[in-house]
This record gives sequence, structure tokens and C-alpha cells, in this order.
Amino acid sequence: MAHLTRRTADLLKPFSVALSSMRLLTTTSTTPITVETSLPFTGHKIDPPSRSVETTPQELMTFFRDMALMRRMEIAADSLYKAKLIRGFCHLYDGQEAVAVGMEAAITKKDCIITAYRDHCIFLGRGGTLLECFSELMGRKDGCSKGKGGSMHFYKKDSGFYGGHGIVGAQIPLGCGLAFAQKYSKDENVTFALYGDGAANQGQLFEALNMAALWDLPAILVCENNHYGMGTAEWRAAKSPAYYKRGDYVPGLKVDGMDVFAVKQACKFSKEHALKNGPIILEMDTYRYHGHSMSDPGSTYRTRDEISGVRQERDPIERIRKLVLSHDLATEKELKDIEKEVRKNVDEAIAQAKESPMPEPSELFTNVYVKGYGVESFGADRKELRAVLP
Amino acid sequence: MDRDPRVCVFGEDVGHYGGSYKVTKGLAEKYGDLRVLDTPIAENSFTGMGVGAAMTGLRPVIEGMNMGFLLLAFNQISDNCGMLHYTSGGQFTIPTVIRGPGGVGRQLGAEHSQRLESYFQSIPGIQLVACSTVYNAKGLMKAAIRSENPVVLFEHVLLYNLKERIPDEEYVLSLEEAEMVRPGEHITILTYSRMRYHVMQAAKTLVNKGYDPEVIDIRSLKPFDLYTIGNSVKKTHRVLIVEECMRTGGIGASLTAAINENFHDYLDAPIVCLSSQDVPTPYAGTLEEWTVVQPPQIVAAVENLCQ
Repeated sequence: MAHLTRRTADLLKPFSVALSSMRLLTTTSTTPITVETSLPFTGHKIDPPSRSVETTPQELMTFFRDMALMRRMEIAADSLYKAKLIRGFCHLYDGQEAVAVGMEAAITKKDCIITAYRDHCIFLGRGGTLLECFSELMGRKDGCSKGKGGSMHFYKKDSGFYGGHGIVGAQIPLGCGLAFAQKYSKDENVTFALYGDGAANQGQLFEALNMAALWDLPAILVCENNHYGMGTAEWRAAKSPAYYKRGDYVPGLKVDGMDVFAVKQACKFSKEHALKNGPIILEMDTYRYHGHSMSDPGSTYRTRDEISGVRQERDPIERIRKLVLSHDLATEKELKDIEKEVRKNVDEAIAQAKESPMPEPSELFTNVYVKGYGVESFGADRKELRAVLP
Repeated sequence: MDRDPRVCVFGEDVGHYGGSYKVTKGLAEKYGDLRVLDTPIAENSFTGMGVGAAMTGLRPVIEGMNMGFLLLAFNQISDNCGMLHYTSGGQFTIPTVIRGPGGVGRQLGAEHSQRLESYFQSIPGIQLVACSTVYNAKGLMKAAIRSENPVVLFEHVLLYNLKERIPDEEYVLSLEEAEMVRPGEHITILTYSRMRYHVMQAAKTLVNKGYDPEVIDIRSLKPFDLYTIGNSVKKTHRVLIVEECMRTGGIGASLTAAINENFHDYLDAPIVCLSSQDVPTPYAGTLEEWTVVQPPQIVAAVENLCQ
């Protein structure tokens, strides 16, 4: 008898071992995994945080999915632009997804994010839907700004996304204003004001930084350094491309922006810092695969080898894929299935957005003013309500 | 500021110093340094900060020490302040008040004697008002703070010393209404801000000469109160605009176009617009006097029109 049970036990053992070696951790488990960031952080007037980041399988899979969604959305926007469904300016974020996803992982929806015009993926990260995104890009009524903003003006007030701004650098004082309001109402939240390496040379950045430091505002200025200000490389525009050091009296941290864990760690660290000590600058070393916008091929000022080199060595999605596979959280096929599903979602959203109607003609005049103290403008005889100011 | 804890003030020297024209005197002691914020000299950024704070629901009153300095903040005022309500599809309102002294003072020099009403006219989404008396300054300021729209309130350097008896109780004036200063029959004189006083001085002379001018202080520079103006034009059939703004592209130019478009049939004579000369304001006292419209010129223009 004992002999039999031992044999069955022996028989069962390899089976269970085989099972567990196939899937040590499920994709929804929350057992912590420790990951090392690809590079150590460099600090300016501050001690950098540690390289070890805690994550969970669930988080890893979420990162993969979210970044794949963002990548797919941007590529779809590229095709829509070439099909002339999106017009005007369209600035794509593919390559920089890790910054958006890592930042979201470290903060809550009560914290504010404000950025410039490369805002589609950050909008998505803040809780925007694909339908709102594509509708706005195509100028339809269901867009997040009712079709009146366009690619550069995505906003989502209820989840603290303040846009979406076209003029380079103008969002930085706005971001400090958001931080001021947070300090005024004492609500223990922070503001992340994102800008690029091109905007890092704007005077308003330094003015705003001075004020934020003077009044200890909980503002975190994040420079998404993709090394090119449209067609000008950073070394041709800035005497000191060490943007994290440019704050002088404000501490700074240089982060590998293609590594989502580094971004997450840095953002978490900065939030704690900003709530206690005031502003801090984060420089995210990242890269964009597309040109500055759809009208820029992106290859006149950099070589194709450089672009493909970064894609091979530092792509944020590939990094997560390797981690997922090495920790056995999913197979290649399952990851490909996720990408297929994401693609399907994007295609469906595009189809739905195409069905959405253009805004009504009367929308031309709505939202110019808010009704209140005498904003109803009448015709000369006060009988005919002129269509201009509803 | 007592009534609404969201109202705050930003500006250079508004706090401890009490304001360069003492407009915010005593407020910092009462409400604290965060609510009456002394900013560094960075107009572009603190205006931007005000707009950002307004996006979250605060109601900042942003002071430009002199309106001319607001040119540095023009991008923030025109793009962000004026347009965010529209480009966000109505998600954000920007209830800011941007105020400050402008106009020609006593030999302050060209750069400190700017009249910027004309520059801000075309910005969609903002309202422009100009106050001229103690009574309407209080009423318009209250209305501007309570309005959900961004309002630019133009004050005048030389009018800060006016003293007047005003009611103790609360009153709020409409941001879009013009004020009938002196009803009359012969001619409509449209004016705003300091020129109102020059016009009233000229009116005294005109009355002695037998004319009966109707004087309207338009107060609302954007949008114009075409109702009050229209009624007046229908009565008198002649219009004279007296303003301190520059001749080219000024408020008077827009007003002339608006009146012509709407009330052409009622006019017996072309509209005459007296504005400041298109020159930088000189320092010399006599020259400075000639850049702005003086009462004798107003009298002469009325006499010409009423022939």
C-alpha cells in the first residue's frame, strides 16, 4: 500500500513540478517581484533613489498592455493622418510610452498632469478612452474637447489632465499655477508639468521654477528629453544639455525614460519630495521614433541606423516583453494575443469614431464665453438675439 | 475676498508694499502672504500661474503694475486665458481678472504710457471693461471677480486719486452695459476712462454755447453695448468718439465700424473719432498734452459736426 502511494506520489510529483515550472506566478498575482532599473539614477543636489523597484506580475502585464495600446494608437493615428482623416498637426508619442505609463503607476488621479502637444498617450493614461481620442483627432463631436481642440488640445478635467497646449513652454507656468492651487487648498497632491528638451530653453521655465522654489510649490517639472527639438539636436540648441542640472538651486534627477520602472521609481520619489520640500526636476532620457510631427519625416536630422538602434536596444515594450517571458508570466503567443486584442480595440474605436458626426454649426459659438455677468449680447434693438454670443 | 475664499491676488508688490498705486493696501496683513501673493518680476509666468490656478477653480486677480507690462504676458492672456474654455470643449473656465493702470500719466515716458485696449480687442473669449469713476470701479471690479469669464479691467493712472461718496451696501454693475452720463439731443459723444472727464469739461463749454451733447461712457470695450449706443444714435443722428486709445486699430476704430454697420441709416454725418496720436508718448509736458485729446479739440469737433 505504502509502496503504491509512494509510486503515485512519485507519479504526481513530476506532473506538479511540470505545472509549476510552466506557471510559477499567474498574471493576476500580486506577489512582489524585484526588478533592477537598467541604469542607476543621477542626482543633482539630491540623493538618488535606489535602483531596485518592486513590482507585481499584474503590474507587469498592465504595463505591457497599456504600452502596446499606446503604441498601436499612435501607429493608427499615423495611418489616419496619411488618409487625411486627421489634419493639421499631429505629434506622435511612440517610443516614449514608458514615461506616460510609469508616471501613472506612481500617482493618483487627484494629482495633476499638464503637458505640451504630444499628449495623446498621456490622455489615455489618465483614463481617456480610445473613442474620445480618435474622435477628437478627427474633429468629431464625441471627442474629449467636442472636436474643437484637436490633436494638441486634449483635456480631461475629472482625472486631473490639464492638457494639451500648443505653444512651446507656455504650459509650465500653468503647471506651477496648478501646484499653487494645490498648496492653496492644502490637498497633499502634486502637479507634474511635462515639457521637452526644446522648451527647456524657454525663459518662462526658469521664471516659473523660481516662483515654485520660492513658495515651495508641489510642482515636479519633467523634461521629456527625446534629444531633438523638432529638427535641432539638443547639443545644437542648449549650451548645457544636462537639463536636470539646469534648475541650479532646484534638485534634479536624470532617469532612463525608456525604462518604465525607472520612471515609476523616480515619479514616486519626486512626489514624496515635492510634498515636503518643493519643486524638483526630472529629466527623462527618452526617444521618439516618428518625426516631430506628421509633416516631419524624422530622418533628415538623424540617421535611420540611430532610430533602429534605439528600437532594438531600448524599446520600452520589448523590455517588458523580455521581463514577462523571463519570469514566465505568459508565453510569446499570449503576448501576441494581447497585441492582437489591442489592435482590434483600436480598430473598433476608429470605426466608431468615424461614425461620430461633426460638431453642430452652432457649436462654433458655444464655449467662447460662460453665461453670467452680462454675456448675452443682443442685436442693436435687443429683440434679436444675435447668434454670436449664446 | 471675504465672501469667497477662492479669490486671491497675484502681482508685483501687491502684498507687503500695498500695491504700487495702493490698490491692494492692507490686504496682505488681513489675508496672508499666500492669498495676496508678491510675485517676482515675471509677468509671463505669473499670469500663466494665475490661469493655471483658475483652471482648478481659484479666482485670481492678476495685477500688472502697469498695463504695458502685460505685453510680456500676451501669449498667456491670448492663448491660454482667452481660449482654454473653447479648446477644452467647455471643461475649464478661467475666472481671472487681469487689471492694472494704463493710459497717459504725468510725463511717465513712452513705455509707461501705453494704452493696450486695442491690442486685446481681438482676443476671443475675454471681456474688456474700463472703469472711470469710483462708483463704477467698485461695481465693475466686483462683477469681474464674480464672472466666470476672464476679464481685463483697465484702470487709469491719473484716476486713482479720485474721491467720491459711494453706497455702503453691495452693488454689482453689469459688465456689458454702457453708462449714460449726460442725456442730450444734439450729438452722441462716446467715451471711456479718463477721457470722460475731458468730455464733461468740454460739455460745460458746449452747453454754454447752446449745444446739448449726450455723453455716454461705454465702459464695456468688448463687447460693445450697441443697445444703449444705438438708442442714442437713433435720437441724435451724430456721433463723436473721444478716446485715449491710439488712432490706428484702436477701440474707436472698431466702434466706428460697428456703428456704421448697424446704424448707418440713422446717421446724418460721418462718425468722427478723436483719438491719441499714433506716436510714442513723449516726455516733454507740452508734447505729451498734444498726444491726447484735449477739451478744446472736443468742442471744435462738436461744432463742426453740428453745423
